[in-house]
Amino acid sequence: MGLSLPLGLQFLQMFLVLAAAPLLTGFVRLAKARLQRRAGPPLLQVYRDLAKLIAKDAVVATEASWLFRVAPYLIFAVTWIAASLVPTFETGLLFSRSGDLIVIAALLGSARFFQMLAALDVGTPFGGLGASREAMFASLAEPAMLMIVFAVALVAGSSQLTVISTFMHSGSTGLRLSMGLALVALVMVAIVETGRLPVDNPATHLELTMVHEAMVLEYSARHLALIDLAHALKLLLYVSLIACIFVPLGIASSGDRPGPLLFGVAAYFGKLALAAVLLAIFETTIAKMRVFRVPNFVGAALMLGLLGTLLLFLSATL
Amino acid sequence: MTSVILFCALAWSLLGGFGALRGRTPDARPLVYGASFIVAAIASGAAILQLAFGATPGTAVVLPLGLPHLGMNFQMTGLSAAFLIITDVGAATASLYAVGYGRGEREAWRVLPFFPLFIAAMNMVLIAADAYDFLIFWELMSLSSWALVVAHHEDEEARASGVVYLVMASSGTLALLLAFGLLAGVHGQYDFASIRAAHPGSWVGAVVMLLALFGAGSKAGLVPLHIWLPRAHPAAPSHVSALMSGVMTKVAVYAFVLIVFDFLGKPAWWWGLIVLIMGGITAVLGVLYALMEHDLKRLLAYHTVENIGIIFIGLGLALAFRAERLDVCAALALAAAVFHAFNHSLFKNLLFLGSGAVLARTGERDMERLGGLLRRMPQTGLLFLIGSVAISGLPPLNGFASEWMLFQAILLSPRLSAWSLKLAVPSVGAMLALAAALSAACFVKVFGITFLGRPRSPAASAATETDAFSRAGMIGLAALCVVVGLAPGMVIDLFAPVTRSLLGARLPAGHGMSWLTVVPVSLSRSSYNPLSIFALIAAGAGFAAVILHRYGSRIICRAPPWGCGYASPEDATAASPPLSTQYSASGFAQPIRRVFGSFVFNARDQVTMPMPGGVGPAHLISALIDPVWQCCYAPLLVLVGWAADRMNRLQFLTIRRYLTIVFITLVVLLVWVAPWG
Repeated sequence: MGLSLPLGLQFLQMFLVLAAAPLLTGFVRLAKARLQRRAGPPLLQVYRDLAKLIAKDAVVATEASWLFRVAPYLIFAVTWIAASLVPTFETGLLFSRSGDLIVIAALLGSARFFQMLAALDVGTPFGGLGASREAMFASLAEPAMLMIVFAVALVAGSSQLTVISTFMHSGSTGLRLSMGLALVALVMVAIVETGRLPVDNPATHLELTMVHEAMVLEYSARHLALIDLAHALKLLLYVSLIACIFVPLGIASSGDRPGPLLFGVAAYFGKLALAAVLLAIFETTIAKMRVFRVPNFVGAALMLGLLGTLLLFLSATL
Repeated sequence: MTSVILFCALAWSLLGGFGALRGRTPDARPLVYGASFIVAAIASGAAILQLAFGATPGTAVVLPLGLPHLGMNFQMTGLSAAFLIITDVGAATASLYAVGYGRGEREAWRVLPFFPLFIAAMNMVLIAADAYDFLIFWELMSLSSWALVVAHHEDEEARASGVVYLVMASSGTLALLLAFGLLAGVHGQYDFASIRAAHPGSWVGAVVMLLALFGAGSKAGLVPLHIWLPRAHPAAPSHVSALMSGVMTKVAVYAFVLIVFDFLGKPAWWWGLIVLIMGGITAVLGVLYALMEHDLKRLLAYHTVENIGIIFIGLGLALAFRAERLDVCAALALAAAVFHAFNHSLFKNLLFLGSGAVLARTGERDMERLGGLLRRMPQTGLLFLIGSVAISGLPPLNGFASEWMLFQAILLSPRLSAWSLKLAVPSVGAMLALAAALSAACFVKVFGITFLGRPRSPAASAATETDAFSRAGMIGLAALCVVVGLAPGMVIDLFAPVTRSLLGARLPAGHGMSWLTVVPVSLSRSSYNPLSIFALIAAGAGFAAVILHRYGSRIICRAPPWGCGYASPEDATAASPPLSTQYSASGFAQPIRRVFGSFVFNARDQVTMPMPGGVGPAHLISALIDPVWQCCYAPLLVLVGWAADRMNRLQFLTIRRYLTIVFITLVVLLVWVAPWG
């Protein structure tokens, strides 16, 4: 057996997240449409859009440098690797020791760094607008994410996601105030980071309200396909992250037989579907907020995360 | 190996003398800088050999110079060898860069004598083994760098920076002088061996710690003692700025670690608290200042302030752990601090050298007049990008590795028992995370505005690639950033003697491939393997590229972007000056200024719009107030002025009164000294 099975499982997870990410985005769109009493696009529309984009010729702005063309590959690869470091159906995969939760958060930071640079590269006002707003959101969302990491890592005694997930799965934590705060903060950070309502509207092209869309406005064809896919992967990543920390139900542990593994995959898809429905309901019932309200929103997430961490510093049982 | 460093210092001094004598001849520049590069390479090789294979501390060397009963003592300890590597790697690359950069330098004879002398002085501070030598060379380091700051003293700005620098440097040295005076005790034991052996009482120790924090902190740029740094560092020629920002601040960190960790023994619990809080405030304020700044070199200097804050957070944590005898945790925090000092010296040198190349090719330091340089200076641009990613603390480069270790140290701190620390550490952790996130935003601004987009001035559009020597210096630093980032364990293992000699503990090594995976505590707790992450990212990007080019279109068409209906600057019929719809640096930073600046800097934006239908321009006036200047220095200046007014009378006394004052002073001092007999 040796290395081939762990390696195979790791690659299975990598391609599973890659294949499932557009499905999740498509499912959210479909659920939202149904809630708004529209028929909505078919579930596979996201894949068709990607295929269509890949077949087209790319148009690049005259003054754009090589960075504009390289950035989509980097953004995609970094997000993909970050997403496949999060346990989905099984913990303790081969590369899980390569990086802990802090590394995953920082990898998303790297992807965003290149996204913002690419937006500035074209030299149009939209790119700058998107990048500067994204920089403002990120400057609060990243510390908030780290505070959540701190809170979770202090409870589990490890910042390694595999260990955290196993620990939470064992059920020895019980209900904790700090974990409740961390969950709320993580959901808020996820909303900001994935650009969902009420922070950013993924369906808008109105210039005053765009953040993510403004940054990628000049992208076309295969470059746009990569960025869209990376965006879908990011949504999947946050759902998997929340699932593996707070709802580790059904997740298989390393060395399990095929039975639990299959159950783990099924449970994972169940969690994705549930998260998509919840997200759709949330987005349907809420309106977008003004850009300068967002810092208060993210700042609240930061404070919740900090509060959770402080509680754990004061007493390990809170 | 100590004697190798001594010979190197001698060689640098001779080069300085040569520069003073023959500095006006055209051949002098490549000769001085080239020789300085070779000497620095030898010195850094000696330091690496000593740390990796030699015994630490190394053999002591005593020269029959200096004070009669003391001589001049030199010794390379583990700590000094680590900081010698930082210094001499920086010196070597800056010298190599200067071989090319110095060609275009105006009035090079003002720089040539002091540049090698400055490097020699820093080396001597690091190997000095008695207080007398330490202070002599510390002052030499300050004075030679001051001479470099005012090298172009025709500039009003350079002169003003020189004065501020001199005042801050002197007060810092005074604090260190007093600290060493207290350490030496009443018998005047100035050599480090006796200082180490004598353990000062708790009150003396506390006073020495505070003096060291002031003396070293003012040199390193700890808020609120940083005000000279963003003025003086950019005023010097760029290769000197790199040395001052990247290296000299690390010599100050060395001084702090030497006095507080090596000489003072067990710290009190509140030392760590003070250092932690100062470090946290420094990190956040430093990066916020940088975000508000649009002068490329001054912005980089503010980032030095930020990174010094990060290093001091690590030192503060190490002190707190050590006070509670958690030596393994203290070793992690101290190792992270020293590692971050090394990393910062690499990418800060790289960025300053890059900004020097931009300055040399465009004559501009103002980011609002740059842009589009990545197409015109592709190699400098790529190297600057590597430096930007590294300083932003993004994986897989080196800046992230040391910040990650620091976060791991913070995660260990619930083990601390002091309540104030339990509250302070998570808050400082949040400040560290905030500083890291803001510095990424800041470097998006720096790289995006300077190197990307369209040129914002004719000088920027006419820029060309810099010369081969300058590039070679930067390539060396960028390669080190990447290698150290991918194999951080290598450097951590190399620096292990530092923590072993100061704390008697080190990070766990020996998971077989320890240089590949960083494991601060245990494998089940946390680990980071940058090489595998990097390989996966490269494979993922390659996979995407292959699939897309195999199954999709590979054609690229060029088209002008949509500028919202405004004419693009390339348009010949456009009005002059061209209306640019591109984002500016201040525009990019505006949301952050609005969120953070309004309460930190009391930032106020005042917009005057033309009447509806009017065609006049809109005006934006934004005002910032520097809180540190407002709170610390403005009252100080008032106080000094008031005191000077009161003491003015002393200038007009008769000779009798002067003699009386001298006599009274003498009596008071004798009475003061009497109890110590």
